Amino acid sequence: MNKTLTTPIKNEDIEQLRAGDIVYLDGYLITCRDMPHRRLVELGRKLPVDLQGLAIFHAGPIVAKDGEGWKMISIGPTTSMRMEKHEKEFIEQTGVKLIIGKGGMGPNTEEGCKTHKALHAVFPGGCAVLAASEVEEIERVEWLELGMPEAMWVCRVKQFGPLIISIDTEGNNLFETNKVKFNAKKAQLVAEINSQVRFIK
Amino acid sequence: MNNEQAVKTMTSIVAKFTDYAGKHLPDDIMGKLQELRNAEDSPLAKVVYDSMFDNLAKAAELNRPCCQDTGVIQYYIKAGSEFPLLADVRTILTDAAYAATQTAPLRHNAVEIFEEKNTGTNTGERIPWIDWQIVPNSKSIEVEVYMAGGGCSLPGQGKTLMPAAGYEGIVEFVFDVMTSYGVNACPPLLVGIGIGGSIDVAANLSKRALFRPIGSRQHNPKGAEMELLLEKGLNEIGLGPQGISGKNSVMGVHIETAARHPSTISVAISIGCWAHRRGTIRINDDMSYEITSHKGATL
Repeated sequence: MNKTLTTPIKNEDIEQLRAGDIVYLDGYLITCRDMPHRRLVELGRKLPVDLQGLAIFHAGPIVAKDGEGWKMISIGPTTSMRMEKHEKEFIEQTGVKLIIGKGGMGPNTEEGCKTHKALHAVFPGGCAVLAASEVEEIERVEWLELGMPEAMWVCRVKQFGPLIISIDTEGNNLFETNKVKFNAKKAQLVAEINSQVRFIK
Repeated sequence: MNNEQAVKTMTSIVAKFTDYAGKHLPDDIMGKLQELRNAEDSPLAKVVYDSMFDNLAKAAELNRPCCQDTGVIQYYIKAGSEFPLLADVRTILTDAAYAATQTAPLRHNAVEIFEEKNTGTNTGERIPWIDWQIVPNSKSIEVEVYMAGGGCSLPGQGKTLMPAAGYEGIVEFVFDVMTSYGVNACPPLLVGIGIGGSIDVAANLSKRALFRPIGSRQHNPKGAEMELLLEKGLNEIGLGPQGISGKNSVMGVHIETAARHPSTISVAISIGCWAHRRGTIRINDDMSYEITSHKGATL
């Protein structure tokens, strides 16, 4: 049985989870990348979706018209770091509990997750058809004038994942911890290789 | 077949192959990913590889692009000097990219510079990008179709070193790029390195290095040795799939070279993500063709 979070997500659902844990999502997932972050935080506009207790996805999907509605064709995560500048205020103002994307985020998001009890998690990059198959229905779309990738697609998802928690509610950061490990190994590896590539004599 | 029919036929072949290459990874990449997957023992790395293979199976089954970012289409061609449609190649490839955008469908990724408008067709100024090499006395043309997403194009960069920096400077440059930008570029990565006397030469060669089959080696024994050293060293960093850490970092390291100026060493790096959508097709003067990257593929 997969560990599953169901929206609306409450603080007690996520407080015990730690960076590196794997979870799946049932419920509402709304795509939200650069533009809605900018509109809310910098331009002070009200979001057309109440995100309290819900999850957002840093993703620009390919969708197709399906009768009166829409069908999800392909939806993979985009680089979360682009939203780092706004994420702390975004969490504070919306009450969003789960932020899904690709790659790590920075100290701003760590602080937001810690103070307001939220998680950042990654969906495996490049797995866009898998993700689309876990979307049950696109219920509606808001701010479509921003174009297909930037619009807010309100999706109902079932067992959406795997989601690897990268920042937990204590502010632990999986990618930052990894980066320190990677960089610690670098100097010696470079020195070893360099002793063998002195081709200019 | 007259010229007009041949142009139509070749456009259709390349369009279908471009569509296909966005949905299926080439055989050598599939083999390497399987090998890297088998080497992992941590639950996190395993679950990411499971998702990757599950995704590829679903992409094939549902006939959809395996990643939503289908890149800016590039064609690297080796054209025979006696290939009859040389004059029509640009039109053919442009029409093929446009057609594949509709059929696949591919994401619209061509944004005009200064106008900052997405053309919505995956064609635009100099796009699809075409890189030409002429093969003397051949009657056929080999086309490499390539689509790389924004995520793995982002680490691409180059630097011109002074000779005192030596090949050691190249190693440092490669490691710096990989530990800073590599993490978010969807590892395990294919690393293309170009070395020459000026930055344009190095950049072009770094991209061509990505088209060499996995397992092939630099023609110079020292170059081959340097590829292996870099592969081993980068794998020991252990980026793992998606940068969550693991046993490996790369699918391979390929170095392509051109003789340099005595006063300069230019190095450039191009990165391919795990979903390395590269396809190779050879089309003959009678419009018969052979797909060499994907065994058993039918268009």
